[in-house]
Amino acid sequence: MSRALRASWPFSIKAFAFRADAASITVLSVLAVVLVWQVASTRWVPSILFPTPLKTAEAWMALVREGVLPYHVSVSLYRIALGFLLGTLVGVPVGLAMGLFRPVLILLEPYVQFFRFVPPVAWIIPAILWFGIGETSKIFLIFYTTVFLVLLNTMAGVAAVARNQIRSARCFGATRWQLFLWVSLPATMPYVLTGMRLAMGNSFAAVVGAEFIAAQAGLGFLIIDSGTWMATDRMFAGMLTLGLLGILADVLFRMVMARRAGRYLMPS
Amino acid sequence: MAYITFGGVDFRYGLDDPLIIRNFNLELERGELFTLVGPSGCGKTTVLHMLAGFESPSAGVLQVDARPVRGPQRDRIVIFQEPDSLYPWLTGLENVEFPLRVMGVPRAERRSRAEEALRLVGLHGHGEKHPGHLSGGMKQRIQLARALVLDAPVLLMDEPFAALDAQTRQILQEELVQIAARTQRTILFITHDIQEAIFLADRIGVMTAGPEATLKTIVDVPLPRPRMRGSAAFGLLYEEINQVLSVEVRRVLRREDSLL
Repeated sequence: MSRALRASWPFSIKAFAFRADAASITVLSVLAVVLVWQVASTRWVPSILFPTPLKTAEAWMALVREGVLPYHVSVSLYRIALGFLLGTLVGVPVGLAMGLFRPVLILLEPYVQFFRFVPPVAWIIPAILWFGIGETSKIFLIFYTTVFLVLLNTMAGVAAVARNQIRSARCFGATRWQLFLWVSLPATMPYVLTGMRLAMGNSFAAVVGAEFIAAQAGLGFLIIDSGTWMATDRMFAGMLTLGLLGILADVLFRMVMARRAGRYLMPS
Repeated sequence: MAYITFGGVDFRYGLDDPLIIRNFNLELERGELFTLVGPSGCGKTTVLHMLAGFESPSAGVLQVDARPVRGPQRDRIVIFQEPDSLYPWLTGLENVEFPLRVMGVPRAERRSRAEEALRLVGLHGHGEKHPGHLSGGMKQRIQLARALVLDAPVLLMDEPFAALDAQTRQILQEELVQIAARTQRTILFITHDIQEAIFLADRIGVMTAGPEATLKTIVDVPLPRPRMRGSAAFGLLYEEINQVLSVEVRRVLRREDSLL
């Protein structure tokens, strides 16, 4: 193709070509890593402790066929979803209150600052001692993970509302309630959503940690149980699922965000 | 009695802080377009913020229509230099509707009045875009439309065109003069651009260098409109104001030098 024609391509086609390029690079890179994994596990360190990609894939298929994987996935996802939802439901209003009202900030900030340095994993043992090895202890941990990230981000969002946005609304005679509902809240939305996205990632870590210590089901249980029985291929299959689920959850979250909250993510 | 009165106004942030504005006196008539020029940092914006109600004078009288200024109010709308007062989550049209929404105007009336205001600033049909997707000049037009939609008698403009390119700035200046004449607003317009001040103003106030800044002199602009920037009378006036202003700017520079 001549250079002139190429240069006259509309931008959208160029962008499409670039995206297609990016996708093919991703596919190639994944294939290359799997290949290196294959070579490493058959030639360099052949061991039962290091399953090949093929064996991992076989184990994964078997787990799906037997219904084991769907079961553990659903258990873990249920815990994450519930804890994440509860954490968001508490984190957003408390973060807003701390950002908007100084007395609330003064009252709660020491605790927030203290507990955000006590990581969720540190709570696994007390949570199990208090709430037992059932659902409650796991949901508590996810809740704890979510609440601080959402709360801190929401608080930062309230503080970052542009001063002139508030001043304008006051010129127009907005009441305090209108200021909150129509200026502070929408202006804080991007921060809330960022906090939720971060919390989602950390929730995966927290649930696996809790399921390691004491659980009868869940992806963390599957991984540690398989490890105990030296079923390293199943162990890897569980880890693979975790990573894939994480990506899926994030993509899903971003899709919903763009569909439902796109206007709050506009550049200024 | 004048429509807007500053009488012996002082301003300082705290009781122990130095005076920023000292004994500021100014009277504005209804429908007047008054521009305020002065060295940067002298307190022009502080004067505007006091009239807007964002800051209160530490001493003196500040009245609009014979009533003392107490906080922001719907009769005085500020147009900021930065477009960061627009709400990025709303479309241009929704931004212009916002003041009416605050007032509880019904949806249909809101829409038609906002569209009318957009037409007034030459943005009719561009209301569906969000501010982030508009140019700097268009954002400032949205700000202007949002102020005009309310029929507020006073517009407070704080260097609204300073961040725009020269061509856009000239076009907006011309449009502002027309809108001001058509809508009979009282406008306080801050700028550091003498040419802009002469092009727009009925009268120009020159401020002294801060701290303890005040109004140094007021210059009438008797030129007929539309004004020609290249005319001899325009040039003479430019020189006159430039001389007064450069004395103050030099004072600022000298002080900065002595600090080095």
